[in-house]
Amino acid sequence: MRFSALKILREGLSGNRGWTPHWRDPAPKAEYDAVIIGGGGHGLSTAYYLAKNHGMTNIAVLEKGYLGGGNVGRNTTIVRANYFLPGNSEFYSHSLKLWEGLEEDLNYNVMHSQRGLINLFHSDGQRDAFARRGNAMINQGDDAVLLDREGVRRMLPYLDFEQGRFPIHGGLYHPRGGTARHDAVAWGYARGADSRGVDLIQNCEVTGIDIEGGRVTGVQTSRGPIRAKKVGIVVAGRSGQVAAMAGMRLPIESHVLQAFVTEGLKPVIDHVVSFGMGHFYISQSDKGGLVFGGDLDFYASYAQRGNLPMVEHVMEAGMTLMPMIGKAKVLRSWGGIMDMTPDGSPIIDRTGVEGLYLDAGWCYGGFKAVPASGWCMAHLMATDRPHEAAAGFRLDRFRDGYGLMDEEGTGAQHNLH
Amino acid sequence: MGDAVLLDRPDPEAGEAAWDGYLHLRDNPAGVTRDLWHHEAGCGAWLVVTRNTVTHAVEGAELAEAAAREGQA
Repeated sequence: MRFSALKILREGLSGNRGWTPHWRDPAPKAEYDAVIIGGGGHGLSTAYYLAKNHGMTNIAVLEKGYLGGGNVGRNTTIVRANYFLPGNSEFYSHSLKLWEGLEEDLNYNVMHSQRGLINLFHSDGQRDAFARRGNAMINQGDDAVLLDREGVRRMLPYLDFEQGRFPIHGGLYHPRGGTARHDAVAWGYARGADSRGVDLIQNCEVTGIDIEGGRVTGVQTSRGPIRAKKVGIVVAGRSGQVAAMAGMRLPIESHVLQAFVTEGLKPVIDHVVSFGMGHFYISQSDKGGLVFGGDLDFYASYAQRGNLPMVEHVMEAGMTLMPMIGKAKVLRSWGGIMDMTPDGSPIIDRTGVEGLYLDAGWCYGGFKAVPASGWCMAHLMATDRPHEAAAGFRLDRFRDGYGLMDEEGTGAQHNLH
Repeated sequence: MGDAVLLDRPDPEAGEAAWDGYLHLRDNPAGVTRDLWHHEAGCGAWLVVTRNTVTHAVEGAELAEAAAREGQA
């Protein structure tokens, strides 16, 4: 079933009775060429690109709950390519290019909206750092515009420019940054993978990873054993537990990151605005809700909810930056489980077990990475070699200290990111 | 401030694997864990807090100094 304007018109006129399910609900087979553990954004895009780019269609995605029920449905939907360090920069650049062609590729409306992202700065030193970051982005082939205070004022007249603690000196504008509809990304990839023959198996929890002689041979699941030549662990939020089934300890601590949404309002915030010094960022969804968030709660957690001190901190930062939102009522808040690595950058790599691959450690930036993560993980699983855009995301970089990607420059240590 | 494994510092000559385990690798349990807290706004003490990462229930706390001494004994 392909979506088109004509199809929507025809269905609208005939009572919408012709729509069919977007994917099958198959029972697991006894054996696959490859199995992906985790039916979130990254797992589904890995399956999609394994089928599309590498012709591997005898594969399955195993999801313990429902598709897209984890972090891909719990984020704040921001898509950007404004990274600085080699290793990160080319990867997120690749991802943004995939985003730009995603709707056509998937024949699915993921509501990708390149409304522009502005990172504010508040001092001369920060200005220099952002100018340097902007140059790195331009060198990577992406877009960046350094705005002075008046430039920011023209775009975001509603900010409090005179605040005493963090007066606004300007901003780094990334015009191609923006947002997307998070659930639709998971659904679009799921539908695309399913239509190429990938089995998407829900309510199927992996309970063990079978390894014989240093080589993966399959998985044990709540729906029976499944043999597989290759297994990919793509379960951000639960990476530690699944990797432990293969006897691995990972350089990951799981933390909770909270997000908030207000009641629907008329259009008021046209861009994504990031106030790093206050730990606050915001955008407005197409439904009208202000979607915003802050920093980690800073303790290990799998609870998918946070505590009030960070709620208060985020609200205060929002009020400091844009007092106009003070009367908007918060409808919901929630938390997601973040795979935090010591240097704040992710992992897409082989493991010590042959045929077992790991895609993890996305910290609080996994959503925008969904297309390229799947693209590169599929390349790794199919060819056994890292994709050049993700070659820096090595699992062993912490052990030998070579190739650490500490984007924030705070040190490659747990609890600093 | 992170996992209480930090109290169990390996010998300087213990080798790469031991130090990698100490600095980077984590059990990262979903359930009961022990982590280090710094009572920054109060008495400045370091504490080992036994806590459930799924429910956020706090099951106990002791001074890190005492916990470290127990670990050595």
